[in-house]
Amino acid sequence: MASMNMIQALNSAMDIMLGRDPSVVLMGEDIGYFGGVFRTTEGLQRKYGAHRVLDTPIAEGGIVGAAIGMGVNGLRPVAEIQFADYIYPAFDQIVSELARLRYRSAGEFFAPVTIRTPCGGGIRGGQTHSQSPEGIFTHVSGLKVVMPSNPYDAKGLLITSIEDDDPVVFFEPKRLYNGPFDGDPSKPAVPWSAHPKGQVDEGHYTVPLGLADVVRRGSQLTIITYGTMVFVATAAAAMLGVDAEIIDLRSLVPLDVDTICRSVRKTGRCVVAHEATRFSGFGAEIVSVVQEECFWDLEAPIQRVTGWDTPYPHAFEWEYFPGQARVAMAVKAVMEPV
Amino acid sequence: MNKHSRLHLPRPPARPGETPDFSYVQLSPAGAVARPDVNARARDIETLAVELVRVLDDAHDAVGPWHPHLDPEELQVGLRHMLLTRIYDDRMQRTQRAGKISFYMRSLGEEAVSVAQCMALRPGDMLFPSYRNQGLQIARGIALVDLMCQVLSNTRDMCKGRQLPVLYHSKAGNIFSISGNLATQFPQAVGWAMAAAIKGEDHLAASWIGEGASAEADFHHALLFASVYQAPVILNVVNNQWAISTFQGYAGGEQRSFAARGPGYGIAGIRVDGNDFLAVYAVTQWAAQRARTGAGPTLIELVTYRAAAHSTSDDPARYRAKDDQEHWPLGDPIERLKQHLIKLGEWSEERHHALTAELAALVGASWQEAVTYGTLSEGPKLDADLMFEDVFKEMPHHLQRQRALMRAERG
Repeated sequence: MASMNMIQALNSAMDIMLGRDPSVVLMGEDIGYFGGVFRTTEGLQRKYGAHRVLDTPIAEGGIVGAAIGMGVNGLRPVAEIQFADYIYPAFDQIVSELARLRYRSAGEFFAPVTIRTPCGGGIRGGQTHSQSPEGIFTHVSGLKVVMPSNPYDAKGLLITSIEDDDPVVFFEPKRLYNGPFDGDPSKPAVPWSAHPKGQVDEGHYTVPLGLADVVRRGSQLTIITYGTMVFVATAAAAMLGVDAEIIDLRSLVPLDVDTICRSVRKTGRCVVAHEATRFSGFGAEIVSVVQEECFWDLEAPIQRVTGWDTPYPHAFEWEYFPGQARVAMAVKAVMEPV
Repeated sequence: MNKHSRLHLPRPPARPGETPDFSYVQLSPAGAVARPDVNARARDIETLAVELVRVLDDAHDAVGPWHPHLDPEELQVGLRHMLLTRIYDDRMQRTQRAGKISFYMRSLGEEAVSVAQCMALRPGDMLFPSYRNQGLQIARGIALVDLMCQVLSNTRDMCKGRQLPVLYHSKAGNIFSISGNLATQFPQAVGWAMAAAIKGEDHLAASWIGEGASAEADFHHALLFASVYQAPVILNVVNNQWAISTFQGYAGGEQRSFAARGPGYGIAGIRVDGNDFLAVYAVTQWAAQRARTGAGPTLIELVTYRAAAHSTSDDPARYRAKDDQEHWPLGDPIERLKQHLIKLGEWSEERHHALTAELAALVGASWQEAVTYGTLSEGPKLDADLMFEDVFKEMPHHLQRQRALMRAERG
């Protein structure tokens, strides 16, 4: 075991996969010689060569289009989109091509592409470097969608995603790259070295897709969340002194319905939290699942905690971000006696 | 000189009731264009992008440096593939009109593009077609019954009922799945070729796109990536002058040829008479040699004419002159190769009639077999459960559940 932040853990996952499987290639803007704007691919081109860690033109549609062709020809591309906010030029290639190739060719052709992309706010990124567009991709049949919340999961989930023969869109909450963040920007940053999930196996291991992690056992309510909001929700529940069960989904597609329902049936109260916008967001899907499966176990209406339905504003970042106060309001609402 | 800025609106050669004028198509005489060495640098051969490579002259002789010197037997095979493509198209068109299939798209007048190009490539080369390249399927030897079963969406449909007619694929034949979304296959072909180069393999990729779809960003991504990585790929723009009702001027073809996009990206661009089997073969062979010898990608513009409607849902009489194709200066690809073979003493009207009858019988017999596997309205049907397969490699829980719900709703 070694202490790693999320960037180092992701780097380790790619290092191991490049070493184990000659068909794995990395591609993206600034990822090769420079090692990526977040340093996630640092040293990998030097170690594995420019043929396997490819710098690309600034053309996300071209990156994904080429990655599909490479995948069809037996490679296992890991494409980085520098910010999730930049993924839209590749949208057609992801939605119409990558997601449906296996289906439309009745299983004869497929492209095992993993698309890694940093997402989320809290880094003064303004409306073009802060988005959480995962819900746009969970709506697409044929894509797996993953978002880790810590270094250990990030490495295991990325290895699983690269080894998976289905396409995976892998969101990396960039506010968590260097440490767990509880939603309070005025507090000093906490490094991953101080957190148990920052202890990462240096070798090959996997974390399965479709298996949520119960990060805190509790009896009074269930908070279903993922990504940045895992630590915000945990801190908010602690602040209120409620015994919350906190579920980190880790993978949104496939979704671990069993873990969600087992918890809600036990607690009878449910809050769903994500950083992404609210309207038609992924939280609406979770609320629907809970309502359909656990209606008679619910003691109160389900609450959602999300970013506001506006673009992510530069100057009002912390008014926008769903911090502990917003989580606390939702928790109080579900805890009120009916 | 105008006193004001002006908005230019491209005009087609003729609207209904007008006399077509194809003087905008820049022609070079047969045999006039020089054939550079296959390793020539793109910057040194830019004139190829504005000239027009032609081999067959008006007297049906093959002339000039691009003459590929194919054996008569190979030319006869090419003629057979083109004729089979046309007869297949014609039969499927009539079948759609009879209500047996939902939709069809003919390649009438463009048969040399797919057939000659496919014949100039190797079986291990990967083809990324557009939707009007059925000649590729036929020249690669895909059985007509298999194509027909796809068009019928029947129990033997290679796509398991998931794709519109004509969106075929063949893993064994190295023909990629046709999307139906335009231009997406272009950067994918480049990626495939990049992978071949990364793996150190000798195969190349070839892709086809209409001149209309070359307006899409994917076209430009493909050229950029092909140029940056010097990928072993042949990128073909089939300029058949029309994108449904939209004249090629709206794809930017008036100010500069489509082949000239190549030199703009540092890629060899070459313009060829797309109705001249020999010229298409020779240019493709040249491009393939470039790809295989590390000289990089080639953009080929195949100048041809969409003699048929865009699809069975289209009526070109509403937007272009009815006799357009008769004025088309590059003639018909089958007729031109046939006359060349006759001139060589290797073909005759009698043999042509006999071949036509033989292929029509083959198409008829194939259809009789294909319908035994079901049609839209009768015979065996695909199991609707198949709808839920292949979304993912393994069916996730939510799809298993939805499949169960569908079964329940069907009773």
